[in-house]
Amino acid sequence: MNDSLKLLDPTGETSPATRERKPPPESLDGLTIGILDIGKARGDVFIDRLGGLMEDRGLTVKYYKKPTNTRVAPIDLAQTIATECDVVVEALSD
Amino acid sequence: MVTLADGLIVVAKRDCPTCTMLEPVYARLAEGTADLTVYTQDDPSFPAGVEGVVDDTELETSYRLGIETVPTLIRVEDGAESGRAVGWDRGEWEMLSGLRELGEGLPDSQPGCGSKSVEPGMAETLAVRFGDAKLMARRIEVTEIEDEIEACYDRGWSDGLPVVPPTEVRVVRMLQGTTRGPQDVVGVIPPNNAECTVEKVAINAVMAGCKPEYLPVVLAAVEAALEPAFCMHGMLCTTHFVGPIVIVNGPIAERIGMNSGVNALGQGNRANATIGRALQLVIRNLGGGVPGGIDRATLGNPGKVGFCFAEDESNPVWQSFARERGIGSGKSAVTLYGGEGVMGNFDQLSRTPESLTRSLAMSLRAIGHPKKAPGHDALVVMSPEHLRIYAAAGWSKARVLEEFDEVLTIPADEMIRGAHGVAEGIPESKAGGTVTKFRPGGLNIVRAGGSAGLMSAIIGGWGASGERGTDLVTKEIGT
Repeated sequence: MNDSLKLLDPTGETSPATRERKPPPESLDGLTIGILDIGKARGDVFIDRLGGLMEDRGLTVKYYKKPTNTRVAPIDLAQTIATECDVVVEALSD
Repeated sequence: MVTLADGLIVVAKRDCPTCTMLEPVYARLAEGTADLTVYTQDDPSFPAGVEGVVDDTELETSYRLGIETVPTLIRVEDGAESGRAVGWDRGEWEMLSGLRELGEGLPDSQPGCGSKSVEPGMAETLAVRFGDAKLMARRIEVTEIEDEIEACYDRGWSDGLPVVPPTEVRVVRMLQGTTRGPQDVVGVIPPNNAECTVEKVAINAVMAGCKPEYLPVVLAAVEAALEPAFCMHGMLCTTHFVGPIVIVNGPIAERIGMNSGVNALGQGNRANATIGRALQLVIRNLGGGVPGGIDRATLGNPGKVGFCFAEDESNPVWQSFARERGIGSGKSAVTLYGGEGVMGNFDQLSRTPESLTRSLAMSLRAIGHPKKAPGHDALVVMSPEHLRIYAAAGWSKARVLEEFDEVLTIPADEMIRGAHGVAEGIPESKAGGTVTKFRPGGLNIVRAGGSAGLMSAIIGGWGASGERGTDLVTKEIGT
């Protein structure tokens, strides 16, 4: 039944209707950073450089690659990153 | 709003044989009166050959005019309705139109058909469509590519199981279950002390899967949970297992199809499953009582998704639980009890009340901890076969409770710290005396279960039972 895509808020309405983004960490020190190559042409050039700069600063970096930029990441890859990393750098592709 | 022009109004639909039979009559009315408007509910090309046909497939005019049957003929004078004929009745139509010999060759009268505006579920849809729903809750837009059930999960509105998305139509329909106004305040929900209206309870009842006729039970359960004596705030925050358990008594239990028989404490009955869940969703969503947040339960129990059942009142040997607790005969009520999981007592051999009491007491002694007393309350859910042993011996419930008191008055030396090589227990200062397992009023019995099975269930209460924490609260169920 799709009579309306307007739902009535069941809460005490003390938080914003639009979900807020998780705040970014104050520092990357001690965190594991995931770098996700989404498979877009030459995207790897950019993010490998980014990862290298992070490593130069002594940060812990792990590298991952998505099979294709046209589809969302396979669930196994998403779970692996979520389990192994505190933050992730990924791109959006057109 | 619909503004009414003077003249005649007909509301009709092609799907109605009486409406189609009257096509010549509409033509006569159009010729004979200057101002005829025909509102057509299902087919804008019907009736053919009549000017002034207005497409009412959106049903706004039908809704605004309160049409229940088609055809309906209305006379409007000075902008106000001055007369109405429902279905076909030649005399009435002639009187309203001022024309003679209408519908020659047709029967003198013929009943109409149901208006599309009053088809099942349509009234709520139209109330929402035309802005009469008067709902105050914030609207949350869900885009078309989102799955609306996933959207509810994403917003944190779920206890882990799917919820029914609370659309305006569903909430308006839910509110039909009560005579109370949507903005009536039910109370303030801990821990966030959010004001809770009937509308908010209805939204959460929709999500839980309730039918509208369950809503008065849910409202009574929320009110009971908010009584200071029940201590919902503390129960929510505790590391203990407990959550609110809803026991329903009275005629409403049968009217809404609740289960007090086979598998009464288990799954499979919509009312049992959803009423308790609705209470917990109100606490979660309005109060903000989220596990891991303010809910600090070490383990919790599966009944915290929702735990509700009806007492089996079919055996008149004992009064109903609600009657004992002051609710009038023939009335319905909820009683809230703060309880943990279910412990079975599987006694197949006791045939005397003395034996059965001692047997059940062995299980009761273990509530909370076998070496602790008093503190935790307990509720015995007695099956018909165990009840029969007491009934055959002519024991009243008061007598049973007296006997429990006696057998659950225990030498303190068995329970002091260190006794039986177990560190846990009552303080050494109690040595030499006796202790009673339950506080006065802390042990209660209700009846439920299938007709076969010599067993009863025992549901332990919170470690903070009585004045220190929670007490049972009974509320009459309103309308």
